[in-house]
Amino acid sequence: MGLEKIWVFGEANGGGVATITLEMLAKAREVADTVEVFMAGDGEDFAAELGDHGAETVYSTGDLDGAMQGVSVATAVADAIDNGEVDEPDAFLLGTTQDGRDVAARLSVKLDSPVITNIVDLVVDGDDLLGSEPIFGGATDVMTKNTSDRPGIFLVRPKSFAAAPVGGAQADTEALDVGDVGMAGTARVVATHAEESDGPKLDEANIVVSGGRGLGDAEAYSMIEDLAKAVGAAPGASRAIVDAGWVPYSYQVGQTGKVVKPTVYIACGISGATQHLVGMKGSKHIVAINKDSEAPIFAVADLGIVGDVHKVLPKLIEALSS
Amino acid sequence: MKVVVCVKQIPDPADPGALDPESMTLVRDQKLILDESDSYGVEMALQLVDAAGEGSVHLVSMAPDNQVTGLRTALAMGADSATLVSDEALKGSDALATAKVLASAIARSEPDLVLAATESSDGYTGTVPEMVAELLGLPSVTFAKAVTVEGAAAKVQRQTEAGYDDVECPLPALVSVTAGVVEPRYPSFKGIMSAKSKPVDELGISDLGIEAASVGWAGGNQEIVSVADAPAREAGEVIEDEGDAHERIAAFLDELKVL
Repeated sequence: MGLEKIWVFGEANGGGVATITLEMLAKAREVADTVEVFMAGDGEDFAAELGDHGAETVYSTGDLDGAMQGVSVATAVADAIDNGEVDEPDAFLLGTTQDGRDVAARLSVKLDSPVITNIVDLVVDGDDLLGSEPIFGGATDVMTKNTSDRPGIFLVRPKSFAAAPVGGAQADTEALDVGDVGMAGTARVVATHAEESDGPKLDEANIVVSGGRGLGDAEAYSMIEDLAKAVGAAPGASRAIVDAGWVPYSYQVGQTGKVVKPTVYIACGISGATQHLVGMKGSKHIVAINKDSEAPIFAVADLGIVGDVHKVLPKLIEALSS
Repeated sequence: MKVVVCVKQIPDPADPGALDPESMTLVRDQKLILDESDSYGVEMALQLVDAAGEGSVHLVSMAPDNQVTGLRTALAMGADSATLVSDEALKGSDALATAKVLASAIARSEPDLVLAATESSDGYTGTVPEMVAELLGLPSVTFAKAVTVEGAAAKVQRQTEAGYDDVECPLPALVSVTAGVVEPRYPSFKGIMSAKSKPVDELGISDLGIEAASVGWAGGNQEIVSVADAPAREAGEVIEDEGDAHERIAAFLDELKVL
């Protein structure tokens, strides 16, 4: 039992396909007979990798010349379906990324079909696709299905599925024509900036060391960087200290921000708000250091230290650096 | 410059409530407060109008039972006026229905700029602002971490997975802002007093020409089929630091052979 066809929103990362796209392809293959990709940019550049991960066809808009993906891709997809150029899929899967959310929201209005958000699992139930969303910081799972007569639109959280190549042939490429989008299409990207930190990437690192408000001030974040360096980890942060401007958004772990599932997650001065737990609860092992013994982070920690990060961290850095 | 800010009034996050077992939606019978995420949009709007030297900040909100406490907070920060859409028929509205209501209410003001938070703190679908833009036929820039208005265009730094993009967008437009884009001011005593007499236009869906069948439970096109407790993560060992906790952590990491 399964669906006939799923469309997965493709995103690029550097020269390759973004991990979130490959993760969704892995799940889409499980629940549908045919898996196709729709994306901005030139599908030719990604057809081999997408095919290797099970996509049969990639529909792409070509270069958008700086136009936002949300309005361009959604318009192109809705037009292609309405004009009968492509058969409507049973469902759309998009990653919970900036552009994924934009495309999903615009598509939702165009098709008058709801977006089912924050999905971490997909289950086939007869002819329906059910999305599973964790709420209350992951304490409760809610399963939702689309009941409109148009395809369901699912926004999938990163790291929900494991990407796996299946050795498929290069995907066929088809053009998606972006027609006149009018005033809605007038926003333009005029420059792109990267904010990469040194060392392993946050969402790929084997160990992540994160800091929160308990560090006290921005200067104390250097302890997080020192500890990360000592153990070959990626430094991360809670939303509170990103909002406070101590570190850039690219460091943020949580609901807004990155989802991480490292072998070890070390939370320093982080209380464990729902917002944060959602982004790191899937870590294999969790160590937490916090002054407040009642902090929610201790409920998910394998090793919890009730103590002052300003006392524990310098000694830990020294011990691990030697 | 006329700026409209979408604001959501939510249950206090410290008391997030529970799911109603019948309807399987969040119980929202508590007193509602201004979503902290929206205080950034309100502050951004006040600063942009200030920088432009003229203009007004109008709030648009949808909430059950004509609740205005959160709106009063934003008015106390300095917003000039508000529209509140409240209607029994809106109960159970999903993101798309909410966007339709907000878009209709916003259109009445003919703003130059619409601001919203990237996502609410309680529902966090993160899709409503972009839906509103689509419904209004406006260009949009989501995930803004800096916004300025120069002439008839917005210049936005938009967060990306890798860093940020500089985006230029002619007005009118919609911009969704991240927390931290500006430092929200605390309402002054004078602000709180004057907020009490600022105009709050209370509307029902019929005032907006919206059919009851297209919103709320009636208009919803998604169905919750089950709600279940997630497998709990077992809590491990919690110890007090007696000056040697670092040794315990080092030993733990050593056991895992990750060093």
